Amino acid sequence: MHPATGASRRHVLATGGLAALSAVLAPRLAIADEKAVNEELKKLFGDKKAEAGKVKIDVPQIAENGLVVPVGIDVESPMTAEDYVKAVHIFADGNPLPQVVSYRFSPACGKASAATRMRLAQTQNVVCVAEMSNGKLYSAKAEVKVTIGGCGG
Amino acid sequence: MISRREFLQASAAACALYAGTSLHAPLGRVAAQQRLSQSDILKFDPLGSLTILHVTDIHAQLVPLYFREPSINLGVGEVKGLPPHLTEAEFLAHFKLAAGTADAYALTSADYIALAKNYGKMGGMDRVATLIKAIRAERGEKNVLLLDGGDTWQGSWTSLQTKGQDMVDVQSALKIDAMTSHWEFTYGEERVKEIVEKAPFAFLAQNVRDNEWKEEVFKPRAMYERGGAKIAVIGQAFPRTPISNPAWMIPKWEFGLREEEMQEQVNAARAEGADVVVVLSHNGFDVDRKMAGRVKGIDVLLTAHTHDAMPGVIQVGQTIVIASGSHGKFLSRLDLDVKDKKVAGFRYKLMPVFSDAIAPDAEMAALVDKIRAPYAKELARELGRTDSLLYRRGNFNGTFDDLICAAMLQERDAEISLSPGFRWGGTLTPGEAITFEALANATAMTYPACYRNEMTGAQLKAILEDVADNIFHPDPYFQGGGDMVRVGGMGYAIDVSKPVNSRISNMTELKTGKPIDANRKYVVAGWAAVGKGTEGPPIWSVVEKYIASKKVISLQPNTSVQVSGA
Amino acid sequence: MANPTPRVRVPANAKKGEIIEIKTLISHEMESGQRKDSAGKLIPRQIINKFTANFNGKMVFEADWFTSISANPYQSFFFKAEESGEFDFAWKDDNGSTYAAKAKLTVG
Repeated sequence: MHPATGASRRHVLATGGLAALSAVLAPRLAIADEKAVNEELKKLFGDKKAEAGKVKIDVPQIAENGLVVPVGIDVESPMTAEDYVKAVHIFADGNPLPQVVSYRFSPACGKASAATRMRLAQTQNVVCVAEMSNGKLYSAKAEVKVTIGGCGG
Repeated sequence: MISRREFLQASAAACALYAGTSLHAPLGRVAAQQRLSQSDILKFDPLGSLTILHVTDIHAQLVPLYFREPSINLGVGEVKGLPPHLTEAEFLAHFKLAAGTADAYALTSADYIALAKNYGKMGGMDRVATLIKAIRAERGEKNVLLLDGGDTWQGSWTSLQTKGQDMVDVQSALKIDAMTSHWEFTYGEERVKEIVEKAPFAFLAQNVRDNEWKEEVFKPRAMYERGGAKIAVIGQAFPRTPISNPAWMIPKWEFGLREEEMQEQVNAARAEGADVVVVLSHNGFDVDRKMAGRVKGIDVLLTAHTHDAMPGVIQVGQTIVIASGSHGKFLSRLDLDVKDKKVAGFRYKLMPVFSDAIAPDAEMAALVDKIRAPYAKELARELGRTDSLLYRRGNFNGTFDDLICAAMLQERDAEISLSPGFRWGGTLTPGEAITFEALANATAMTYPACYRNEMTGAQLKAILEDVADNIFHPDPYFQGGGDMVRVGGMGYAIDVSKPVNSRISNMTELKTGKPIDANRKYVVAGWAAVGKGTEGPPIWSVVEKYIASKKVISLQPNTSVQVSGA
Repeated sequence: MANPTPRVRVPANAKKGEIIEIKTLISHEMESGQRKDSAGKLIPRQIINKFTANFNGKMVFEADWFTSISANPYQSFFFKAEESGEFDFAWKDDNGSTYAAKAKLTVG
C-alpha cells in the first residue's frame, strides 16, 4: 500500500469517499510473496532450515494504519557470551520488497527483544527468523490484517 | 430474503459455557403477563458484603425510549449457537423465560410491537438513578462499586451539542467510580483529555498508548476498597477504535487488544493486594469470552460494545462474564462473597429498567430537564410519522437503516447507498411521530457528512467483504463488533461460513435486476466515512428532508440480503 | 526534507545487572523509492539504512532497515547494565550522512 497510498488516498478524499478504501483497493505494484521470502532466506542461510519455536512476533491482529504497524520480536535465549541470539530477520511477504529489518544482537543486550514500526501494503504474513550463536535457526510467522475500517458499532 | 425460519433452525440450542448461575427464579415465572413493580425489579437476596453495579453503552439516552433487541444475531466458528447468538424463541428457551413476559419483552424482539404497548419504554437516567440509590441505601455506600463500560457520551443530540458534557454531568451525579471508552474518542484527543482531567471518576484504558514512545495515555487500572475488600478495576477501551472510527481525530494514540499487557495488569493488581480483579471492558462479547479464557486471574469481566443483554452470567474458567445491554435498559447487580482474599460466591441479576414501573429520582430528573431545556423545542420537532416499526439491531438490516438508505438514494440522487451497521439508536413503534430527537438518536455523531461518490462494482464488493470479515471472522480477535453495512438500491447474497473475500455473491442492482458490474462506476451515497475531509450535508438533514417529502414512512419488508452458512 | 532529528530515551540510572529498555526515534521521510509524484515520476529512494548502538565503544545492537520501515523510524531494544558509561547512537542515511546522539548511564 505505501507506495500507492499517497496518490490513491488523496484521490478518494477529494471525492469524499471512504478514505480507507485505498488500503485495500490501491492499484497493486509488483508484490512479494512467500517465494520471495524463501529466496531471501536462501541468500542468507543457503539450504539450512529453520525450526519452529523460541521466536515470538508481536504484531496487531488488525493494523490500525497500514503505514505504521508496530512489530516486536522476542527470542528465548540466555544471552550469555556462549549462548546468545546473533541476528533476527523480519520479512513481510506481501510488500513490494520482502525485507523489513535485520537485527544484530550482542550478549550485552541481556535479552533478544526489539521493536520497530513498518508499512504493510495489504493483509499478509510477517515472518521472523532468528539465528543463534550456535548456528541454529528458529522461525515464527504471524498474520496481520489490513482492513478498510469504518462501520463499527 | 432473510427468513426467520432459516435462522431459527440455524441456531442450535445447547450451550456448554452457560452455567445458569442466577439463583433467582427468572422474573418471568413470578410475573408472567404482568407488569413489574419497582420492588420486583430491585428484589435481590443479598450475598456477602460487596456489590458491583454495571451500566454500559447508554449512548447518551437521558430519557426512556423503546429499544428492540435483534431478531438476527449470528455467531460463527466456536460460538455458533452460543449466547449471545440466540434470538427470540431460542433465547427464551435457553434462559427459561416465558413468552410474553416482561423479561421476554426486555430481552428479545419476539412479539415486540404488542409487548411494547403493554410494557412501555425502558431506561431513563432518572429511573437508573432510583435503582442505584436504592441499592446503595440497602448495601451501604461503602460496599457498592458502580462501573460504566463506555459508549456513554455519544448517541443523542444533547451529547453532540455539549460534546459529551451532558453525560459527564449525569455520570458525576450517579457517582460512578470508573468508566472505559469507545465512542467517547470521537470527540477528539483534546476534548477527551479535558474531560478526563476534571472528572470525579476514573477513566481507565490499559490498551491506549501514545504512538511515539508507546507510553500509557490513561490510567490502566484503579484500586477501590468496598465491602472490606480491595478491588482492582482494569479498563479496556475498544481495541479497534482507530479502525472503526476516524483515526484522524485521535492521531497520537494507538490501541489494540494488548492481551499480554492485560495479563501484566492482572498480575500487578494481585501483587498490590487486590482481593478481586475486575476487567471493565469494551471489547465486545465474543472477544471478551476469548480473552477471559486466555488471561488468567480475572474474577469478573464486565463486557460491552456488542450491546448484548443476558439474564445470567457466563463462566469461562474462574471468570464471571456479565453483559448488561445498552441504552439504559438494564442495570447489572453482582454481589460477591469475598473470603480469604478470594471470591467465594456470587449472585447476579440483570435488572430491567421499566420506566413505567420505576419512580424517577427527583434530583436526576431535574438534571436531565436542565440539560435538555436549551434543546427542548428542537428535540420535540415532528418531522413526520411512521406506519412501520423502526429499529436498528440485526446483523443485515434494520428498518431504521432501510429508511436512512432510502433517504440517501432519493436526496443524494444515488444508485446505491451505504449505511454503517451501528447498533445504537432507539426504536419507534407504528403510529408514532418521528421527532428530530428520534432521528438524532440514530445519527448524532461527530462525522455525519453524507458523501456522494462514484465506486466501481469491484470496490463495492471489497467493502462488503471487508465489513463481513469484521463480523463473521471465525476468530473473535479479528472481529470488530457492529453489524453488516446496510445497503440501499442493491441486493446481495452472503455465506457467513466462508473465508474473507468469498462470502459475498449475486450483487444485484435492485432497480434493474441486473448483476452489479465489477468495472462499472455507480453513484454511491453514504455517511460516517472515517476519512478526513469527507464532504456532504449531515445525515440527519438528508433523512429529515426525505421524511418531510413522504410525511408518513411506510416500509416494505427488506428481502434484499440472502443469507446462508449460518 | 527537514534535517533529521534523533531522540532517545535511556534511563539515567540502573542497578547492576538490571535489563533496561532503550527507545529511539528519528524524524525522516524514509522515502521508499516505490512512490510516484503527481507527474507519475518515481520518487528516488532515500531511507536511513542502518542504526547502531554502542556502549563505551563496544557494539550492543544494530539494525539494517529496509524500505518497509515506516517514516520517522522507531527502534527499541534492551541493554543489561553492568557498568556506568555512555551510549553512542548512529543513524546512516542513503545520502551518506550520519546522524548521532549520546546518552549517559550510571550504574550503581
